[in-house]
Amino acid sequence: MNIKIGVPAKGRLSGKSLDWLRSNGLGFNEPDLDRRYSVRAAGVVSAELVFLPAGEIPEEIRRGNLMFGITGADLVHEQQPDWRQRMEIQAELGFGNTRLMIAVPQFWIDVESVHDLDDVAARFRAEHGWGLRIATKYHSLVREFLRGIDLTDYRLVDSQGATEGTVANEMAEAIADLVSTGETLTANGLKTLSDGLVFKSQAIFIRSREVSLRSSDRPDIQEIMTWR
Amino acid sequence: MSADQRAAVAAEAERILAFFESKGAERVEVDILQPSAQLLDLYGEDIRSRAYITRDAARNEMVLRPDFTVPVANHHMSNRKGPARYAYSGPVFRKQEPGSDKANEYLQSGIEYFGASDRAAADAEIFLVFRELLAASEARVATGDLGILLAAVEGLSVSDRRKSTLLRHIWRPARFRRLVEEYSNAAKVSKRRHELLVDAGCGKDLHRLVAGAGPVIGVRTTKEVIDRIRALDLDSMEEPLSGKEVEGLRDLLRIKGPMSAIPARLRHLSRQLPGLGRAAECLEARIDALSELGCDPSGLPFEASYGRTTLEYYDGFVFGWFSNASGETIASGGRYDLINEVLGSGRKCPAIGGVVRPAVLISAGRRAE
Repeated sequence: MNIKIGVPAKGRLSGKSLDWLRSNGLGFNEPDLDRRYSVRAAGVVSAELVFLPAGEIPEEIRRGNLMFGITGADLVHEQQPDWRQRMEIQAELGFGNTRLMIAVPQFWIDVESVHDLDDVAARFRAEHGWGLRIATKYHSLVREFLRGIDLTDYRLVDSQGATEGTVANEMAEAIADLVSTGETLTANGLKTLSDGLVFKSQAIFIRSREVSLRSSDRPDIQEIMTWR
Repeated sequence: MSADQRAAVAAEAERILAFFESKGAERVEVDILQPSAQLLDLYGEDIRSRAYITRDAARNEMVLRPDFTVPVANHHMSNRKGPARYAYSGPVFRKQEPGSDKANEYLQSGIEYFGASDRAAADAEIFLVFRELLAASEARVATGDLGILLAAVEGLSVSDRRKSTLLRHIWRPARFRRLVEEYSNAAKVSKRRHELLVDAGCGKDLHRLVAGAGPVIGVRTTKEVIDRIRALDLDSMEEPLSGKEVEGLRDLLRIKGPMSAIPARLRHLSRQLPGLGRAAECLEARIDALSELGCDPSGLPFEASYGRTTLEYYDGFVFGWFSNASGETIASGGRYDLINEVLGSGRKCPAIGGVVRPAVLISAGRRAE
């Protein structure tokens, strides 16, 4: 049986994922990387690296099409509310660190905590006729966070990219987006809130619970490494 | 669900609908696919996580109806002016938590009264419709009245701003408790907030302060920011909520007992919470109306905090029946005058209704004779 390992094809997690696999003894043939979506990893019995967008890896793990995968914890938590039943985190990889944060315009000097947003939303509705619009790609995580602080009068606006621009474009009043240095936010006239951390993420190595290898026990990465 | 069970539930729903019609309600049908904007606006974004949302190019975002109340209220508010009673039955759709074995599609049958100006009489009447329907079931009843807490808040010695914040969070006990705590201490504020309020208080140019903080972007204006700073400044100077009032609210939320004994306890508490006098009168009128219709209110359990978490958007009398076997809700309902006013774009129209789940009613079973 082929062990399939999902690896981010490009983007912030890709290069470091390959480095991590290499340092854990999963080598592969460099020239293959450019042209192919899957390569055979050297040194492991029938292991195959499958290159996919990081955002598609959790779903393939859930379905059992991939036995292992590297992706962002944010993507797993966002897409798979029942991920604990479907997959298992085998290692936190220490790269791809990022924080999903609530951000509002810097000139909102009356807002410094997420608890200000309830009052702002009520006043905003009285003035404009709708509750606060919050642009984000991370609907589940943000909704769960806002439920935790009892904010209800808001509406999520889907934004798959360039989320920092949505406030200036008057498509949203606030955003929830990934922040690493905060420079992009600042350049767009936005600021994070002191208690506006929705989710702290990093790259993780996960194993599907949907597939078992041979009839043996559930393998983890350490066991794979020892098969060489 | 097996085909036999399905047929039994459908037959039960039909029986319930016929029963509601025998009580003078007119049968209505509403679309399963509802436009999502209004529902989301009324209930907030949170319902989106429970609702099945879909979209198409012509009609934008649509939702599989999560209940009948809003569609039926819309039907009434756009077609009628006078009083009316409606009965309905059909499937509703709600997402459940991962791992939950609760149904995500089930039949719901209900009845709604609109425009009945004698609120106490309508409260009693609709409650007794459900009581008759469930008379033979293995079930326990619960009643409450969200109007009591609303009246208590209206009567507090705080600013309108604080009142409206409290009223907004009547249905969220944790937030409500936090607000009461916040309002009862001299408000603790962060250093930055304190500096901002000092600046506001000593007449600093707030326009310059706002402009200096960053580019003015988005729909919310500089004026709105400054208005809120001034409001926060006023708020920070407000007298804290008295210990007497805080204790009163705490005792009020613990009130529990036979419905007939509650008005006296409200009157007693009205020394701390003056708003309760009016609430006691409303409750007495309802008790009288129930007695007139042959129901003994000393046999009805009443809890002041009932309905605060599970029955969102109700603002007056609330009631429910629970299966003795499983604890599941068989039927629930209540008054929702305020949300109906929003639906009617500010036009007032009293509204009360309730729903029953035929499948749960069957599984609860019948009392041994």
